[in-house]
Amino acid sequence: MWEYTDKVREHFLNPKNAGEIENPDGVAEVGSIACGDALKLTFKLDENKRIADAKFKTFGCASAIASASALTEMLKGKTVEEAMKITNQDIADYLGGLPPEKMHCSVLGQEALEKAIESYRGVSHKKPDEEIVCVCFGVTDGEIERAVRQNHLTTVEEVTNYTKAGGGCTNCHEKIQEIIDRVYATQKTEEGPAERPKLSNIQKIRMIEETIEREIRPSLKHDGGDIELVDVVGNRVLVAMRGACATCQASQATMKGFVEWKLKEFVSPELVVEEVAS
Amino acid sequence: MKEVYLDNNATTMVAREVLDEMLPYFHDYYGNPSSMHSFGGQVARKLAEARQKIASLLGADPEEIIFTSCGTESDNAAIMSALANSPGKNHIITSRVEHPAVKVLCEHLAQKGYRVTMLSVDAEGMLDMNEYEASLTPDTAVVSIMWANNETGVIFPVEDAARLARERGIPFHTDAVQAAGKIPINMKGNSIDMLSISGHKLHAPKGIGVLYVRKGTRFSPFLIGGHQEKGRRGGTENVPAIIALGKACELAGANMEKENTHVRALRDRLESELLKAVPQSKVNGNRRQRLPNTTNISFEFIEGESILLLMDQFGICASSGSACTSGSLQPSHVLRAMGVPYTMAHGSIRFSLSVYNTAEDIDLVINELPPIIEKLRVLSPYWATTQGACATA
Ligand SMILES: Cc1ncc(COP(=O)(O)O)c(C=O)c1O
Ligand code: FES
Repeated sequence: MWEYTDKVREHFLNPKNAGEIENPDGVAEVGSIACGDALKLTFKLDENKRIADAKFKTFGCASAIASASALTEMLKGKTVEEAMKITNQDIADYLGGLPPEKMHCSVLGQEALEKAIESYRGVSHKKPDEEIVCVCFGVTDGEIERAVRQNHLTTVEEVTNYTKAGGGCTNCHEKIQEIIDRVYATQKTEEGPAERPKLSNIQKIRMIEETIEREIRPSLKHDGGDIELVDVVGNRVLVAMRGACATCQASQATMKGFVEWKLKEFVSPELVVEEVAS
Repeated sequence: MKEVYLDNNATTMVAREVLDEMLPYFHDYYGNPSSMHSFGGQVARKLAEARQKIASLLGADPEEIIFTSCGTESDNAAIMSALANSPGKNHIITSRVEHPAVKVLCEHLAQKGYRVTMLSVDAEGMLDMNEYEASLTPDTAVVSIMWANNETGVIFPVEDAARLARERGIPFHTDAVQAAGKIPINMKGNSIDMLSISGHKLHAPKGIGVLYVRKGTRFSPFLIGGHQEKGRRGGTENVPAIIALGKACELAGANMEKENTHVRALRDRLESELLKAVPQSKVNGNRRQRLPNTTNISFEFIEGESILLLMDQFGICASSGSACTSGSLQPSHVLRAMGVPYTMAHGSIRFSLSVYNTAEDIDLVINELPPIIEKLRVLSPYWATTQGACATA
């Protein structure tokens, strides 16, 4: 039996916003019955261009239904720009977490959201240069690469948990591993000697600043946010979030998951990151 | 809330009589049956009694019974022994619908260089005996085909299959873990060489298994160690569990009639009422050649885990062959081998009954399940668009 949080159970037993909106502004269907889960998402905007209503239909397990229900709740009241920033991790966090093997349910939600927004904007979601890597579940190299980057996946098993790729005949495992290797090869810089000598405080702060500049700020900027280093007290790194990150309900998760991960990797494994009011 | 337990192919309740029989052998009579003193000796006598009862249920001689730690060990021991005793032979025959205890072992052996034939099944989960016969070759070291399938309950003609193997001098093993105690087994009347059973499927505890090895069949031990089981399986006997299994086999023999009348009638009513109440539902597996306690029903366009969790609200316990419940991402290998379409396979539910189920248990499911199916179908993107028509995905 899966260990589901109360929140997952609640959204599964009493799903919010089940159904389909007529004449929606955005619509998407993702997944397939062969893959074991599928999601149809529709939303409608109000006169202020905020999402007035969102509905889903899901074929899938309890966490797929709960993820879809959570997503529609999260969407309401948001502008399309705000909605676009919702990640699969946000959906999982909203539900108090999902079992690792079920993360693909939240990925399905994010995928549906992206496609629904694309349909609203009238752009095609076809990415012609992407190639199917996992034939069993129809997952492309681009989808795998995005999941690896966004969720910092390092093993084929994790990729399977998030995207399903590799969960069938296993023929694609080698290719998935190649994608993982490629992602980290481009992320790794010449920096970061294997043996880290003990840092002086000045050195530490300088390295933290450098790492933020090089590894962290560009990704946050890409999402319309920013970060400022406020202070370093021992191994506590105090930072303030700016821009979109400051209001984003996922910023806490971003902090822990991403900023800390980067600082630990490039500066010192002892560091902990704390957010302070800006 | 009292649970309605309809998952007896997964495991069963230890029967009260069985528990009573085994309990004294933990604290009061804890002697080692191999000891020279009479404190241990009395345990050895009790063990012999249990061995006799188990042999009786199977129509076997007590010397043909080897105790193991579980059904999985029995399956492994049988196949590995047959291979060890057929040096130079490189071919294994099994079916695509075996329990992982056999299937995964055979896949492992295939990687080690054995040639493994996995016999296909038809849409009803039945073997093609012509295909089977054609697959027997002079190079075949062992055949292992289950007596009854744990997911669908489909019964295989293992006695016929064993005869064909015997004619060619090929050792034949069957996994009878689901068959034992549910349908009559008489080893005196067939030519099966080895047979596995597991205690926890017939109201004995988990962690006790039996491997039947026919007199005259060459056997190499799987666990090498002490002289126990006449040197065929090392390790001090799990005395309380063996005594429990003896009692459980005695009960199973006494309940065999009830299993095939009362339990069968409950199962049949459950099945026919659900099929009647729920459109686009279908039984998986041949309905005649089947264990009396099992039904596997697919509810189209919805997913099994959701069904199970909603039934759980009513205390109803069952299983599913859907991907989400199998711990993998693919629906059950048994349903896929049968060619059950994905729209059906993901929504499959297995109910497996026991003599302890009542008419009220069945009524509860008949009343509560159809609205659950309805609720999930309303959520399903495939239902509205495909009602009556065929799936597009
Ligand atoms: C057909 C079959 N074979 C083998 C086993 C394994 O038995 P055990 O759990 O005792 O190892 C089971 C039960 O899970 C089974 O159903
Ligand atoms: S191709 Fe990816 S699992 Fe089969």
